[in-house]
Amino acid sequence: MAKVTIDGHMIEVPDGTTILQAARMIGGDVVPPAMCYYSKLKTSGGYCRTCLVKVTKGSEKDPRPMPKPVASCRTPIMDGMEVQNKTSPDLMEARAGVVEFLLINHPLDCPICDQAGECSLQDLAYEHGLSRTRYEFSRRTFQKIDIGEKIKLHMTRCILCYRCVKVAEQITNGRVHGVMNRGDVAEISTYITKAIDNDFSGNMIDVCPVGALTDKTFRFKSRVWNVNPVDAHRNCPTCSGRVMLWMKGPEVFRVTARKDAYNEVQDLPDGKPGWICNECRYDKKSTSDWTIEGPSKISRHSVISQNHYVLQEPAHKPLLNAVKAVPANWQLENKK
Amino acid sequence: MGKKLLLKNDHITGIQGYDVYRREGGYASVEKALKTMTPEAVVEEVKKSGLRGRGGAGFPTGMKWSFLAKPPGVARYLVCNADESEPGTFKDRYLMERIPHLLIEGMITSSFALGANTSYIYIRGEYYYVARILEKAIDEAYANGWLGQNILGSGYSLDLYVQVGAGAYICGEETALLESLEGKRGNPRIKPPFPAVAGLYGCPTVVNNVETIAAVVPIVNDGGDEYAKVGIGKSTGTKLISASGHINKPGVYEIEMGITVEDFIYSDEYCGGIRNGKKLKAVVAGGSSVPILPAHLILKTSAGEKRLMSYESLADGGFATGTMLGSGGFIVMDEDTSIVKNLWNFTRFYHHESCGQCSPCREGTGWMEKILHRILEGHGSMSDVDLLWDIQGKIEGKTICPLGDAAAWPVAAAIRHFRSEFEDYIKNPKNIRDVKHYYRLNNLVEA
Amino acid sequence: MALTKEIRFNDETMALVQRMMKRYPEGKHKSALIPILHIAQAEFDGWLSPEVMDYVASVMKIQPIEVYEVASFYSMFNLKPVGKCLIEVCRTSSCWLLGAEDVIRHLEKKLNIKVGETSADGMFTLKTVECLGSCGTAPMMQVGADYYENLNLEKVDQLVSRFKAEGKRKSYTDQPEPRSL
Repeated sequence: MAKVTIDGHMIEVPDGTTILQAARMIGGDVVPPAMCYYSKLKTSGGYCRTCLVKVTKGSEKDPRPMPKPVASCRTPIMDGMEVQNKTSPDLMEARAGVVEFLLINHPLDCPICDQAGECSLQDLAYEHGLSRTRYEFSRRTFQKIDIGEKIKLHMTRCILCYRCVKVAEQITNGRVHGVMNRGDVAEISTYITKAIDNDFSGNMIDVCPVGALTDKTFRFKSRVWNVNPVDAHRNCPTCSGRVMLWMKGPEVFRVTARKDAYNEVQDLPDGKPGWICNECRYDKKSTSDWTIEGPSKISRHSVISQNHYVLQEPAHKPLLNAVKAVPANWQLENKK
Repeated sequence: MGKKLLLKNDHITGIQGYDVYRREGGYASVEKALKTMTPEAVVEEVKKSGLRGRGGAGFPTGMKWSFLAKPPGVARYLVCNADESEPGTFKDRYLMERIPHLLIEGMITSSFALGANTSYIYIRGEYYYVARILEKAIDEAYANGWLGQNILGSGYSLDLYVQVGAGAYICGEETALLESLEGKRGNPRIKPPFPAVAGLYGCPTVVNNVETIAAVVPIVNDGGDEYAKVGIGKSTGTKLISASGHINKPGVYEIEMGITVEDFIYSDEYCGGIRNGKKLKAVVAGGSSVPILPAHLILKTSAGEKRLMSYESLADGGFATGTMLGSGGFIVMDEDTSIVKNLWNFTRFYHHESCGQCSPCREGTGWMEKILHRILEGHGSMSDVDLLWDIQGKIEGKTICPLGDAAAWPVAAAIRHFRSEFEDYIKNPKNIRDVKHYYRLNNLVEA
Repeated sequence: MALTKEIRFNDETMALVQRMMKRYPEGKHKSALIPILHIAQAEFDGWLSPEVMDYVASVMKIQPIEVYEVASFYSMFNLKPVGKCLIEVCRTSSCWLLGAEDVIRHLEKKLNIKVGETSADGMFTLKTVECLGSCGTAPMMQVGADYYENLNLEKVDQLVSRFKAEGKRKSYTDQPEPRSL
C-alpha cells in the first residue's frame, strides 16, 4: 500500500495504482479528465495529454518534484507522492493548451454530430476550453467511410486516442484496422477497403470518446437526450447480454453497453468488463427481446438526464433525504 | 592539433578494412576486456571516464549502464543508435563509413560490459549503403573470431546484427527506436518503464549513440582516468562536431572539449571562417533542436567570457543566453541568412517528423509551421509572434517524448534573440522572397 | 502501373528473408518487417502495393494491417507507384541554407514535373526529403543507395543524363557506387 495526496486529499492505495486511478478513488473535482485512457483496455492512455498532473513531491524516499507534468493515467504512484491537479494554475493553463490542440483540427460540428450530448470532447471543451479559436487555417478533413457494415468512421472528428485499435486488438480476434500515416495526417483506417466483421467490433463505438465512430443503425435517428436509457438484459450466448436500451416510447432506438461515471463500459458482477456483442447491439431492437430492469443511472449533470427523469409528484412533499432513499419513485416519461 | 581518440587513424589508407584496422591496434580493447577484465570493471572504467552520451542528451554513460536491470535468466540487449537524423548532424555516418570496425569493436566491448549476448545496430534506412559497410565489417569480425561463440576462449558469446530503419527522425528517440526494431511504427513509448528495465522485447536494454560506443574503445584501452584527463571539467574526452552551413571548411572534426567556439569557427584547423568573407550572424550549436544563438552570444557568454566547446560552457546562461552542445551538429549562418525563414524550415521539419501520437506535438507543430508560413507570405500580424511564443510554451514539456521540446526550443530561441526580425517581416512584407514554391513542396496548399 | 512480375520472392530472396527472420529471438520475427519491406519494395517495382504488403504479411505470418501501419509510417516506403529513378532532394537546414531550393527548382524544370510527380516516361519521380545527414556536403540528393553530394546545377544535369542513359531502376538495396573517402 502507498499513500498519495492529490489536491490535498490523501488516500492509501495498492502499489502499482496510477495517479488517475487513485484520483478516481477519491472522486469529485480531483479526477483529471481522460480522453484516451480506458481502464478496461490494457496499454491505453498517455496520448491525449489531458490528464497531465503536476507531481510536487516524487515520494517519501525521493521528495524531489518531477520536472515536467506527467500523464496521470500512466504514472504509478509512489509512497508519499504529492500531486496537484485543480490546485495548480500552471497546470490548468497547460491543460487548456492541450484542449486547444485537440480542438484546432476538430470540426466543431456538434450541432450535426450524433455524439453531441455524450461526447467527452464536448465536456472537456466546455470545462477547459476557450470560447473562441485562435486557429485561423483550414482544418484537416477526411471522407466519411463505412468501416464495417454497421459502423461509420468520420475521421475528421477523431482525436487519435487509439481506443478502438486496442478494442480490436484485445477483445476481437484479428484486427483489420489501425493507424496509418503519421503526424497530423495520421488516420484510423483499414487501408484498403476491408470491412471490420467481428462479433465484438461494435464496442469500438462505445469506447470512441468523440463522434468519429458511430452506430449506423442509430445515426441521425434521434438526439441522445431525446431518447431514454433503460437497463435491460437478455440471455445471450455470445456476451453477458447486459445492455442499455435507448428508447423513445416503446421503440428501441439503439443498444449500447452500460456505462459508468467515466463513460466507460461497466464491469459485470464477476468483475469483467461488460462488452456486448454485435447481435445484441444491432439486431435486438424490440422490447420483446429484452427484460427491462429499469431506468439507467445517468449523471444528473448530463444533458441526457434532462427532462426525462422527473420526480413523481408525491401526495405529501417528503423530506429531501427521504426522496433519495426511494429510487423507485423515478419513472420514465412516455413521450409520444 | 588537438588530441584525437576516435579519428586518429582516419587518414590511414585501408582503415575501412579489417587487416589495416587490426594492424593499427584495432580490437585491443576487446582483448583487454575479455581476457583481463570483468564486465563490472569495464563499467567502472566508463564511469571513471566521465563519458557522456554523444547522441544529444549528454547523460553520463557509466550511470546509464549501471541502471541496467539484471534479473537472472532474462536476456539483456545493447542497441546502438545509428539513426542519426538530427538536422546538422552527420558525424556518425562519417565514423561508420570511415572506420566501421571502431563501432564493431566498441559494440563487442560494451556488450561484454553489459552482459548482452545479442546486440543490434539500428541504422537509419537512408544509410543503407553504410549498413552494407557495417555488415561487411561484422562478417570480417566473425571470420576473425571477434564475434560468435566463446570469443577468444573467454566463454563470452555475442551475435551482432545491423538493422535498417526506413525514414523517420523519431526513431532516434530510444523507445521509438526499440519499437521500430520490433517491427512496429516508430511511436515513442510512454515511460516508465524505462528501457533499462523493460526495453527491447520487454528485456533490460541500453541504447547508446554510435560515437558513445566508439568512445568506449579508447576508454578501455587507456583507462577511464586517462580519458578523463582529456577535455575540460565534466566535459571529458573528445567530441565529433559536424560543422556545416556558411563556413569555408564544412566537415566532421574531432575536437578536444574546451577549445573556444571562436577558434572552432575561425581557425583553419576547423571551420576556417565564414564563406565569402561574410560576417557571422548566428549559430545552431548542437543540431536543429537546440536554441539558436546570435553571434555575440555564441562567441562569448553573457558574462563576457569566451564560450567554449563543452557541455557546460555552451549551456552557460540557460536558455536565456545559452544553448546546448546537443549532438554536435554545428550549423553556421552568415549575415544574409533570414532567421525567420530558417525557423520555418526547422519547424516544417518537426511538423513532418512528428509521429502523431500525442496531441500537443501532432497539432502544435503544424500550427506553428502555418503561422510562420503566414508571416513569410506577408500576411503576418504582430500578434502572430506572441501566438507562436504561446504555442511553443504549450508544447514544451507536455509531450510523450522530447520531439515536442525539440520543436518548441528553436521557436522560442528565434523569437527571444531575433524578435525584431519577425517584426520587420510583418511590417515590411515586401522584404520577403517568394516561398510559395517551398510550401507547395510539402503539399500544403492552404493558408 | 501494372506490376511487371508475379508477387513472389525468388528462392534466393526467400532464403534471405527467412534468414533475416532468424536474427531475432523466438517469436520476435516481426522485427524483420522493415528490412523485408525494403527488399520487397526493391523487388516489386519500387513501391509497396496492397498486394505486395499482403504477400509480405503472409510470408511473415502476421496480420496485413500490421504491415500497412508500418509501411505508411516510414517515409522511405512508397505506397504509390514511382518512376525508375526516385530523386530525393534534401531540403532541411544546411542543404536549404546552401541552395537546395535551387536544385529542386532546377530539377522541376529539367524533368518537367513538380515535386511529388512522375515524368511521363515513368523514368523519374521527384521528391523532397528531410535531413539525410549530409549537411557538410550540402546540397545533396539521394537516388537509390547512393548519396550525391556537393551538388551544383551542372552536376545535377550530368547525373540526370546518366540516369536516363542507364535507364535502370534504382533501389536503396542496390550495391552502392564506389565512393571516394
